[in-house]
This record gives sequence, C-alpha cells and structure tokens, in this order.
Amino acid sequence: MTPARFAYARPTTLEEALGILARGGEEAAPLAGGQSLMPMMAMRVARPALLVDLNRVAGLDAIALEGGVLRIGAMARHAAVLAHPLVAAEAPLLPRALEEVAHPAIRNRGTLGGSLALADPAAELPACMVALDATIVLASAGGERRVPAADFFQGLYATARRSDELLLRVEIPRAAGWTPWFAEVARRRGDYALAGLAVMARCTAGRIVEARLGFCGVEAAPRRLPAVEAALVAGEDAASRLPALLEPLGSAEAPAGYRLHLAQVLLRRATEALHAAA
Amino acid sequence: MLPPDEPLAEIACTVNGRRVAGRAPLRQTLVEWLRTELGLTGSHVGCAHGVCGACHIRLDGAVVRGCLVLAVQADGSAVETIEAATGPEVAALREAFVAHAGLQCGFCTPGMILQAAELLQREPSPSREAIRDHLSGNYCRCTGYHQIVDAVASAAAALQSGGVEGA
Ligand SMILES: Cc1cc2nc3c(=O)[nH]c(=O)nc-3n(C[C@H](O)[C@H](O)[C@H](O)COP(=O)(O)OP(=O)(O)OC[C@H]3O[C@@H](n4cnc5c(N)ncnc54)[C@H](O)[C@@H]3O)c2cc1C
Ligand code: FES
Ligand code: FES
Repeated sequence: MTPARFAYARPTTLEEALGILARGGEEAAPLAGGQSLMPMMAMRVARPALLVDLNRVAGLDAIALEGGVLRIGAMARHAAVLAHPLVAAEAPLLPRALEEVAHPAIRNRGTLGGSLALADPAAELPACMVALDATIVLASAGGERRVPAADFFQGLYATARRSDELLLRVEIPRAAGWTPWFAEVARRRGDYALAGLAVMARCTAGRIVEARLGFCGVEAAPRRLPAVEAALVAGEDAASRLPALLEPLGSAEAPAGYRLHLAQVLLRRATEALHAAA
Repeated sequence: MLPPDEPLAEIACTVNGRRVAGRAPLRQTLVEWLRTELGLTGSHVGCAHGVCGACHIRLDGAVVRGCLVLAVQADGSAVETIEAATGPEVAALREAFVAHAGLQCGFCTPGMILQAAELLQREPSPSREAIRDHLSGNYCRCTGYHQIVDAVASAAAALQSGGVEGA
C-alpha cells in the first residue's frame, strides 16, 4: 500500500501552481483532497511522477454569489459546500446530493474540483453540474477557458481538461423557480451510486415547463438527454424512452440491465415527485 | 520498510499541542508517521486506502483519514490524535463505549470516537439514523454496530443532562 516514488511541490499561488504543472507535463498530477488520488496511488493504479499539492494555494476555495451566478472554488471541500448557506439558497440540489457523497471524514477533505476532474462515472457531483447547467472554469499558464458541464465530461474518467490545466471554479446560474430533485440507489449510505439521478425542473401552473437531467452510475459519463427532457415537459412517459437512449455500464455487481432498470425507476420517482411539487 | 535512499521531507507542525520538527519519507502517510516516528499508536491502520476509518485523526480541527494525507502535508498544521483528544464529547463517549460494550477488540474505537465526537459537537441530540449515517465510513469487524450506536446515543443523552464527569 505504499505509493510509487514521486516528487512533491507545494505552491502557494495559482501562477506558481500553473507553472509547475506546465513543466511537469503528463506526469504531473494536482493533489486536491487526495480522497481518490491517494487510494489510487496506494494501489498503484496512479503513479504520478510529480504531485502538485493545491492545499496551500490561496483563494481556490471561495464560495460567493456574483452577478446572480454562484461561484464555487475548486478547492471547496465537500463539507463546506454541503453546509454553506449560499449553496443551500442558490443550488439546493448540491447539498441534497452531497449527503450521498462518501462519509463525513472524506467530505471534510475531498473537494468539488477533485470530484469533477476525476469524473468517476458513479460520482454524484458531475451529474449535478450537468443538471445545473454549470460552467467549468479552467486555467493554464496561457489563460482561462470556460467549458459547459455538458461538454466537460467525455467518458470514463475522461474530461475536457488538458494536463496543464487546473479547475478553478464552477459557475452555477441562478435558478429561481426551478425545483431540484436528486436520489440514488447504493449498497450502503455513502457508497458510490449504482445509479443516481439529478434533475432540475422549472414548473409553472402545475406543469413542468423545462427540465434538465444527468444520471450518475449509469453511463460512462453524465450527459443531457434532450428527448427525455422533452418527454418530461410534454407529460409523456419519459422513462420508457431510456432503453433506446442509454448505454448503461455493466459490472459484476450491477449488470447493464439492472442499471437501466434503476435509471427508469429513478426517473419515474422524479417525475412523480416533481409533478406533485409543481 | 522503505529503502534507505528514500527522499525525505521536512515537517514542522504541532501534534497534540506539542511542537514537533522532524522528517518523513515523502511517500509516507501521516498516520504511519505518527505511529512510527512519534510513537502515537492510537490511530490504527486498517485498510490503508481510505475505506475503514481506523486511522482517523484531527487535522486543523477536522476529522480526516490519516492514511489519505501525506505526512509532509501536515507541515505547518495542527494534528490531534486520540491520545490527546479531549472535550466533553470525547469524555462522554469514552464512558458510554465502556458502559454499552461498544467495543470488543478496540481496533476501530479511536476512529469511531473521533468521528462520533464531531457529530455530537454539531448535533447534540442526533437520531439513531443520524448516528448510523455519521459513522457509515467507520468499519467495525466485531460489535455488529448496535452497541456503538447505543453508546453514541447514550453519550448524547448524558451530555444533554449534564451528567458527564470531566466535561
Ligand atoms: C471510501 C470512499 C468513498 C467515497 N465515496 C464517494 C461517493 O460516494 N461519491 C463520490 O462522488 N465520491 C466518493 N469518494 C471520492 C471523494 O468524493 C473524493 O473526494 C473525490 O472523488 C475527489 O476529490 P479530491 O479533492 O479528494 O481529489 P484528489 O483525490 O486529490 O484528486 C482526484 C483527481 O482530480 C485531479 N484534480 C484534483 N483537483 C484538481 C483541480 N483543481 N484541477 C485539476 N485537476 C484536479 C487529481 O490530479 C486527480 O486526478 C469516496 C472516497 C472514498 C475514499
Ligand atoms: S486505514 Fe485509513 S481508512 Fe482504513
Ligand atoms: S471492536 Fe473490533 S473492530 Fe470494532
């Protein structure tokens, strides 16, 4: 359980961190909460030659509302996001989903940016970012780049991030009038989801008039499903669309057919709850 | 054992209120360093990859997995281990774990106590479900958990009624 050897850098400014990362190339890995990277290194699934520790870089964990947009810094710990009043007010989907993310000691250390950069297919937060229509802001020595969440997650542990880039923050548009819904099925509380669903729905006069959703644990990466969202708005049976649209992952614990079944069950529960709330 | 030419890192931090300056192999975890270098063997190493919670310590006040933090990352920080964990919650939990047989071999107990103390600081009268939730990342291979939940619930009740010695 000892990791392979690595070099270690602990920058204190963003400029310094980006410079080190650029020089380190593909062999360098940012170290955020270490709640995924450290176990991967212990098992030698990951063997970065250089760790760039972000824990002392000032200003990366801010949570603020600016111009109607909620900004959450990449180094904001899960526990801080979960407890923050601005997040509860502006993006209540997140605390709901974060209750299902790991366990308290892991939430004390793990970060939003780490979870998004890792892009575990079963992780809750990437699916939430897709449903929230968030923008992911990346920085490299060359400047900043903004990527919509729906384009950021590209496959199993694959994102639009280049190896010389850091996640800086996410920006979540204000969602007055939108109702959040999140639920997942997992073996035990705190385990990664076998299947989970994040939905944001705008309801007026007892009807869903707009909806965005993202599954986790179902496909290789969360994505918008326009046909399913349209069916929700039209009041049609959205869950019956899923078999033709989804490409569920399979594993010994949860075969593809079971994940598809769970996805349909979750979508039916979401539809009922959102109609009841509308 | 790591090879003799292992690259080392300098660490200056406080551990249980005492200033400590020393070195650790760069790839050594904080819990290993506390156990081998400082002789603080109260934090245990179960899985060494973040799953079991036996290695819990407080780092700058927050309960974290000691096996998922590098020793070098404690540089400049305040570390607290079960040996020095104090406060009314810890006192109440110690008594209650004994009274309710919340342990058999005791391997998981330090991690459980630190995690449960954090819960009681935040939520003085947690439901049994909240207790189970909060301890969901702490494995016990002996007790079956019921007595642990009993112990935490009874510690909470004792704190509420002011009946804790040393509180
Ligand atoms: C027992 C256990 C259970 C867990 N259960 C869940 C769960 O149910 N759901 C869930 O979502 N997660 C779970 N996790 C993972 C946890 O949420 C992690 O905190 C998270 O996946 C990664 O965040 P981190 O800050 O720890 O990142 P790290 O582990 O430090 O890094 C993860 C990856 O992201 C990269 N990275 C980190 N920050 C940045 C950045 N700012 N810019 C660019 N790249 C970056 C790193 O190089 C690395 O590749 C669990 C972990 C454990 C140990
Ligand atoms: S030894 Fe750290 S969680 Fe198991
Ligand atoms: S008492 Fe033995 S592991 Fe919990």
